[in-house]
Amino acid sequence: MLELRSVTAGYDRRAPVMRGVDLALAPGASVGLLGPSGCGKSTLARVAALLHKPDAGRVLIDGEPARGWRHRAPRAQRTAFGVVFQQPRLSADPRLTLTNLIAEPLRATGRGAEAAGRVSELAATVGLGADLLGRRPHEVSDGQLQRACLARALVLRPRWLICDEMTAMLDASTTAALVHAVEEYRRESGAGLLAVGHDRVLLERWCERTVHWGELVTGGTGTAEREPDTELEPDTEHGPDTDREAQPEVA
Amino acid sequence: MTEPLSSPVLSVRDLSVRFRMRGDTFVSAVTDASFDLAAGECLALVGESGCGKSVLASALLGLLPRNAETAGSAFIGDVDLMTADERTLARTVRGRRVGLVPQSPAAHLTPVRTVRAQLEETLRELAGVRRPQSRKAAEAAAERAAFPAGHLDRYPHELSGGLAQRAATALALIGDAPLLLADEPTTGLDRDLVDRTVDELRRHVGDDRALLLITHDLAAAQRIADRVAVMYAGRIVELADADDFFGARGPRHPYARGLLNALPEREFTPIPGMPPELSALPRGCAFAARCPAADEACETVPKTVDGVACHHPRPAAAVLEAPHA
Ligand code: SF4
Repeated sequence: MLELRSVTAGYDRRAPVMRGVDLALAPGASVGLLGPSGCGKSTLARVAALLHKPDAGRVLIDGEPARGWRHRAPRAQRTAFGVVFQQPRLSADPRLTLTNLIAEPLRATGRGAEAAGRVSELAATVGLGADLLGRRPHEVSDGQLQRACLARALVLRPRWLICDEMTAMLDASTTAALVHAVEEYRRESGAGLLAVGHDRVLLERWCERTVHWGELVTGGTGTAEREPDTELEPDTEHGPDTDREAQPEVA
Repeated sequence: MTEPLSSPVLSVRDLSVRFRMRGDTFVSAVTDASFDLAAGECLALVGESGCGKSVLASALLGLLPRNAETAGSAFIGDVDLMTADERTLARTVRGRRVGLVPQSPAAHLTPVRTVRAQLEETLRELAGVRRPQSRKAAEAAAERAAFPAGHLDRYPHELSGGLAQRAATALALIGDAPLLLADEPTTGLDRDLVDRTVDELRRHVGDDRALLLITHDLAAAQRIADRVAVMYAGRIVELADADDFFGARGPRHPYARGLLNALPEREFTPIPGMPPELSALPRGCAFAARCPAADEACETVPKTVDGVACHHPRPAAAVLEAPHA
């Protein structure tokens, strides 16, 4: 069970983006969170993925409270999440080949030996041809790069997937392909999904249940004109497990 | 199909663009594109990212990089955009014959200047309007694009996505260009805002302008387009009336059918595989590796017949599927 309990969060304590938000996701379940852009739903997605520290409230992972945020979250908690953002170019290290991009979280957790097998397996899941794996981000299209970012999010076999506007930039066929890849992984792994987006038709087709942002934040402001572009941050903060310096422990 | 009454605003014939890469290899971004666009008409050019549609847009604006080689023609009035020199393009084409509504208005607007200053500058450049008249003219230009006068003294970063888009549209409309070219104008916008943005664009077309809407958003295309051109691997594979394309008849090209069926409101099934690299196109039909109808005939590039480039298109008339008794 992934639970957010009366979470208040934002970027300015005096004007939080959300106040007292509750949301629960059962293991293996999928929830679509619908809302207009800038409403704060990306912030909620980041709180749920332990990437943004709430001002108040708790996040419970299988009953256990989150014990840190970003790289300070304990590894076992961090690696329970796979996260995919809207803009693959902002969340992919431009120096890495797609193979290394996908394998990065494995290396960062001392499991580099598994990389070769896992990468080729995942490349097939997300529909990336072997010829593309040796390329760097600028040598592939947005859709191809997003496929690689999804593979990276799956590489540690997360129990929870958080997809924040994963397909907003993509054409219909690539969108359908990525959603199918997510669902295939969930069928086989039993992972839960929180999909955040603004496309009602898509989320209703994709998820078992959809929640409107407005229903969630009845007590809060429900608007975040100033919700920053949460992706404009260094890549190391992105994958739940890419911050090498902060990981003295060995898996 | 509505035939253009007058001569078209834009006439593109056998337009090809390729880029010379290291080692004398080529990326064929656009191959043999042909279409006309009449006044009062909106043509949506749809396709996935990397299919060549934004290169086609750059070609129409004379903004191709230096390593581009072009063939064919694209006439706006008596100017062939493919052979015009930079001076002609800068002085008589960009802004004056082609108004660009950009993909990312925030990036298109100058960040350090207010919307008013940018409108005034464009008015001076394109219409020779100077102070003190330019103040009123800027307000009128803003109003045309429904940009609120109260926000004219704001900087681009102080605007919401919708207002930034309107500011960019106001700039694009100033030169009274007969062709509006909107390059992915709705990327990243919410559905409501998408609808509003494309409706406004459609309104600006009126009777005497033409709109070329370049988009990967089929819903946006369906909402305002009169005709749809589907691009795949650099070629226009189908050019059809929007009502036929999105309506009961449906697309005739297998790729176009697949694209429509991938929509969540339809079957939500992806087309298997991925498009070929534009630097390594197959000899025959570029869709063959993904096409359920491919056979030996498809080893040669299909000619375009009645707007469809396929050896085995779906028949145009819905005659073959007689209702079951
Ligand atoms: S030409 Fe052949 S391979 Fe190409 S789309 Fe038509 S049937 Fe399919």
